[in-house]
Amino acid sequence: MSIHKQLSDYSRELDECVRCGACQAQCPSYLAIGKEGAAARGKIVLAAEVLAGRMELDEEGKRDLALCLLCGACARTCPNHVPTDAIVSALRREISEKDGLSTIGKGVAALTGNPRLLGTLVRGTKIFSSLLFRRIPETSGLRLRFSPQNLQDRVLPPLPRRNLFSRLPERLQGKAGKATLAFFAGCTITYLYPEMGEATARLLNRLGYTVLIPRGQGCCGMPALSSGNGALVEQLAHTNTAAFDTAAFPSEPIEHIITACASCGGALTRFYGEMQTEALHDFSGKVMDIHAFLKKEGCIDTLAALPKNSDRVKVCYHDPCHLKNHGITREPRELLRALPTVDYVEMDGAALCCGLGGTFSASQPGLSRAIADRKIAGLSASGAELVASGCPGCIMQLNDIIHRAGLPMRAVHTMNLALAALEEGLSDTAILHSGHPPCQNTSVAPWATES
Amino acid sequence: MNQLTEAHLEALREIVGAEHVATSRTDLLSHSFDATQRQFMPNVVVHPHTTEEVAAIVQLAACHCLPILPRGAGSGFTGGALPVRGGIVLVLTRMNRILEIDSDNLIAVVEPGVVTARLQEAVERVGLFYPPDPASKEFSTLGGNVAECAGGPRCVKYGVTRDYVLGLTVVTPDGAIIHTGGRTIKNVVGYDLTRLFVGSEGTLGIVTKIILRLLPKPASKRTMLATFADIDGAAEAVSTIIRGKIIPTTLEFMDASAIKCVRGLPGIDLPENCQALLIIEVDGEAAQLTPQLNRIVELIQPLGLLQASIARDADEAEALWRVRRSVSPSLRKLGPNKFNEDIVVPRARVPEMIRALDDISSRLDLPIINFGHAGDGNIHVNVMVDLREPGMEARVQEALADIFRTTIALGGSVSGEHGIGLAKQPYIAFELDSPTLAVMRSIKAALDPQGIMNPGKIFPEKVDTTHPATESVSL
Repeated sequence: MSIHKQLSDYSRELDECVRCGACQAQCPSYLAIGKEGAAARGKIVLAAEVLAGRMELDEEGKRDLALCLLCGACARTCPNHVPTDAIVSALRREISEKDGLSTIGKGVAALTGNPRLLGTLVRGTKIFSSLLFRRIPETSGLRLRFSPQNLQDRVLPPLPRRNLFSRLPERLQGKAGKATLAFFAGCTITYLYPEMGEATARLLNRLGYTVLIPRGQGCCGMPALSSGNGALVEQLAHTNTAAFDTAAFPSEPIEHIITACASCGGALTRFYGEMQTEALHDFSGKVMDIHAFLKKEGCIDTLAALPKNSDRVKVCYHDPCHLKNHGITREPRELLRALPTVDYVEMDGAALCCGLGGTFSASQPGLSRAIADRKIAGLSASGAELVASGCPGCIMQLNDIIHRAGLPMRAVHTMNLALAALEEGLSDTAILHSGHPPCQNTSVAPWATES
Repeated sequence: MNQLTEAHLEALREIVGAEHVATSRTDLLSHSFDATQRQFMPNVVVHPHTTEEVAAIVQLAACHCLPILPRGAGSGFTGGALPVRGGIVLVLTRMNRILEIDSDNLIAVVEPGVVTARLQEAVERVGLFYPPDPASKEFSTLGGNVAECAGGPRCVKYGVTRDYVLGLTVVTPDGAIIHTGGRTIKNVVGYDLTRLFVGSEGTLGIVTKIILRLLPKPASKRTMLATFADIDGAAEAVSTIIRGKIIPTTLEFMDASAIKCVRGLPGIDLPENCQALLIIEVDGEAAQLTPQLNRIVELIQPLGLLQASIARDADEAEALWRVRRSVSPSLRKLGPNKFNEDIVVPRARVPEMIRALDDISSRLDLPIINFGHAGDGNIHVNVMVDLREPGMEARVQEALADIFRTTIALGGSVSGEHGIGLAKQPYIAFELDSPTLAVMRSIKAALDPQGIMNPGKIFPEKVDTTHPATESVSL
């Protein structure tokens, strides 16, 4: 039996929509096209009709369901917290079970029988022949996100020669008495932006934590979820829970599973939480975004205590939907304000979606771009040299926006800025004196991308 | 009225382009409801882009006697945007440009699809201010605000939507484009058609351009939460503050029923003896506000004031507002179906009204939760029930009729902000005598002799048995 909920499992939640329209105010797709079918309320009415057996989904219904980025903004803003993102996921599973997967979803569907998950890189598949895809495993969400037809005219980071797992050992030993954390990197960080993952792990290690980077971890499953591929989501969820299970690390309990990719964090918490398995809920309950973790542990205050530099770089912040809609908006800003190297400015429209939305940018390129363009005015007016964010997907999309608009700035991960600041201030600060061996490869400039 | 045919659809496609004419079941369904949670299927959904397109569509509807109605965000509470006779739903969300913000003359010119909060942000960026602030301002449109004459918490000091509309471009039910009012405060040329259209609920025409009056943005704002031992103290406080020559920006109240709903929620600390509260905001020059707040505390101290908390910054103000904002989401646990009425009584009669509501609540054994805008006597009365219970519909109707009768007896009005639409038709005659209603009907008949423009709204009428309402389900 599937661990996923069916549409019928949401009948109570469907009843709770009071049609007030508040979802319109936050839906990136509705804000871009202004048609009711894009907003949550329209989809809830549709789902209720389908569930009641009063209609079959027509082409326009499928079109409306495809407009959802699964960002969760509607659920957060809804007075009754109707989980439209989860309901859309359930409907997409029903569509793909009946009609088969969409073109985008088929690439991965053909490969789901392959039991090899992450770890070794698979070369030479016929379906994806670009250089990029030869270095990325078959089940990775990146394959959905960057199908070759979607790569034209896109700014992508140069593909790193070494992925995260070959840059970091599986274990970074911390100080005695400090907790053990595990790092869930996700595909985008592991294969496209390993320096973001390295900065996150090294930062935590510098702060004294033992950090595990389990090799058995795979794609979080978000792109598969987005394309209605329930079976693949289930498979990946089991792979990931096993990779972080006490059986994998019997000697020490993992206190938290840290993410530095907002989308992965959203998938591991919200969507794993929707699935009906206890083991997943245990796993899900441990997952925590790096910014929220640093805040909880008082590490932001530690950073704030470092002496401020005189030549600070002007930085603004972009809210990833999967942090904002999980209530994480203050922590990254507090972190940036605390950094001695950063002169923080708030950008207009910081909370506007970047438009990437996993497979959304591949399935809805025009709308994705229309949503993205709403960021330009705020980025431009901010006067910042850097826009920091907490999601590698957003960062890639922001760099694409910046490039297209010809703005004199770059997008970076907050963790790269934090690690650089910490390393600069380390010698001056007794609090941070750790005594463990110095990290290797610490020459990561704040906004460097390995080429 | 006639039914739509394929020839009509073809004509619509010619006017706005095929991509803006939708007839699929999904598209009709997603335009079949509003915040009343009732549902009627239209025959076609059209998204026009210009006044001329709207005029051409209305001419088509007039020529073939087809029902037609405008729709903004579809967030109204009385069914103004429901296509109860089917026909053409004209969605104005593509007409969402702010055409002009004129700092010299303090006016803004907008299209009807502009979301209220977006205009407010735009004018505030240049130091100006558009005061009407309905609770739905983050998604409701200015066209809808004009059609319903929307209000909001700030109205006690600044007035309602009609006080800010200087002029309109309207497509009348015969498809003519007319211009009412203008860009000046003073204008007495002919009848005041602007005021006629404001609050007309889309029954007299379709507004396609709005000229709005703006104010300079107040430099600063302060927020206070005052708790009271009883509703009389809180109500007396409202009158006392105003008698003391202070008009706060906002004077929101919650009665004991509403306080009970939120007491104990995370971050909300209200003692048992707190049976009424006011949220009071003042705005103006920063230096004047602290003395003003101190003066308010002094005035209301003798009236059973338990505590007055003054926010020191925006975060603290937000925490005070959380008390009020938590009411609506908390209501659902009392019953899945909400009857949200927006009665208004003269300020001084609020305590009498609250007592009457308490009596009705206990006599009919129905939870009735009251909060709202005490400063202008506008009470949001929420009757929370489960309509699946046998006999509940009749009990609710009895309660509502009692509530409205009491409201009128106290010199009030059955709707302060939401309009009549479909939901309040049974009660319009409680308030308007028949000669008055007859004048309104004759205005409607003069402008819309065929009755095609948002049919079935405001005035109770016999159901047209040849084209029965196509309500599919009551959600």
